[in-house]
Amino acid sequence: MSFLDNLYKEIILEHYKKPRNYGILSPATLSREGLNPSCGDELEIFLNIEEDRITDVSFKGEGCAISKASSSLMTVAIKGKKIDETLKLTEQFKEMIRGNEVAEELGDLSVLQGVAKLPARVKCATLSWITLEQALAEL
Amino acid sequence: MPINVEKLRQDFPILNRKINGKALVYFDNAASSQKPKQVVEAMMNYYYNNHANVHRGAHTLSVEATQMYEEAREKVAGFLNAPSSESVIFTRNTTEAMNLFAYSWGKRYLKAGDEVIINHAEHHANVVPWHLIAQETGIKIRAIRLKDDYRLDLEHFESLLNDKTKIVSIAHMSNVLGTINPIKYFADKAHEYSALMIVDGAQAAPHLKVDVQALAADFYAISGHKMLAPTGVGAFWGKAELLRSMPPFLGGGEMIRKVTIETSTYADIPMCFEAGTPNIAEAIGLGAAVDYLNNVGMENVLEHDVKLTNYALSKLKTLKGISLYGPEGDDRGGIISFNIDGVHPHDVATALDSEGIAIRAGHHCAQPLMKALNVQSTARASFYFYNTEAEVDIFINVLEKTRDFFGDFL
Repeated sequence: MSFLDNLYKEIILEHYKKPRNYGILSPATLSREGLNPSCGDELEIFLNIEEDRITDVSFKGEGCAISKASSSLMTVAIKGKKIDETLKLTEQFKEMIRGNEVAEELGDLSVLQGVAKLPARVKCATLSWITLEQALAEL
Repeated sequence: MPINVEKLRQDFPILNRKINGKALVYFDNAASSQKPKQVVEAMMNYYYNNHANVHRGAHTLSVEATQMYEEAREKVAGFLNAPSSESVIFTRNTTEAMNLFAYSWGKRYLKAGDEVIINHAEHHANVVPWHLIAQETGIKIRAIRLKDDYRLDLEHFESLLNDKTKIVSIAHMSNVLGTINPIKYFADKAHEYSALMIVDGAQAAPHLKVDVQALAADFYAISGHKMLAPTGVGAFWGKAELLRSMPPFLGGGEMIRKVTIETSTYADIPMCFEAGTPNIAEAIGLGAAVDYLNNVGMENVLEHDVKLTNYALSKLKTLKGISLYGPEGDDRGGIISFNIDGVHPHDVATALDSEGIAIRAGHHCAQPLMKALNVQSTARASFYFYNTEAEVDIFINVLEKTRDFFGDFL
């Protein structure tokens, strides 16, 4: 099933099986719930922010391989980043999922670019990022 | 009587499609069925030759369109064995029919403390309208539990019945578990308490012979698009005297007797529930779908569905790492909900789609049932008379490959 090998690259399945930064962060500066109404999947993102930098981040929730891997890879990518850098990365990630440019800054996140060809799965990949954006908008 | 599946399949051009280079295996019939040429052509012929607005104007086309629209109503009435066609109202779908009833009857006759009984496996279309009415009236919603064998707990149902019970509203067939519920039994019990029996027939009407009189139902709702007809048309049958006791749901053209600036009086049933220009072509398409199903024979449809389901279940049960949800026996239609253990159903659906197989993944608009089953979501394969054992074999084969692909990482 080469299609599956292509979409579900090893790194995605590995993050699905062992998600990084998984669990509740307590205390946390911010937390935000995200919901994908089409499948009922829910996740929550926790952030600790000092000045303008994300010092710690975690997520918790149920989801498919794409959603969980995207969340896990996101936490790895944004931990320690400044908020403006994080927002820029979010835009770059969404551009990639729309089928546009794959920015160099995306690094490992580029393994998710195959999702661009699957409109039914775009929400799975972007749920954690949209939730992150909403959380940061509360600041 | 066994049906000639290969011959019938020729009526469905879409079944020749290739998806991702593979022959389409369409197992998402519980969400929406495919359409035969006869239905599409009936609508096309209407638009090419007979279209005008219905129930107004004296010109020839309007008369023809009205005749065709009303013939479709007669056909639907016959399909449900309704005692008269005036008691069949065209709606957009089952959801609209359930809302029509809840708003019209519910707001007029329900008051704080009254109770509506549904069950834990209901589709949201038979849950959310009651929430909306509860917010306005203060009614209480009670839900029948499921037993370990996935059937409804009838003892629990009987314990819920009381003098405050005004409505029992149950799906004829579960859209997730495939359970065919004993509607006649529910109706008889409801009537002992002078409660009304409402039936969500969205899943049952496409797959088995419905007889609203034999079921002793008071209201029965169907969706056209799940039974070969186009989207945008459904029907709602109600006992004529009950329909006549209900206020209109939508006001406007076609549903009035007389209008002044100060007030209006309403037309008789069914017109008083069909405000505005209806989906004429779609209703005619539904009539053609009813003709098609009558030719196949609803008994034959159910027999085929059940045989295919039992074939698929016998194969699925031999696979390791697959969880199945739903009862076993003759009271189950062509719906199989399942999970590959440890794999999200969306990933399963994507993997199957890559091999041309269309299934549904998610909560199936039945979140309370997902909670009762203690799952986030399920995958669902659902059959119709045009599906074959060969297609089930392809499905089983790809499902095994999918399990192994993801399983290596679990």
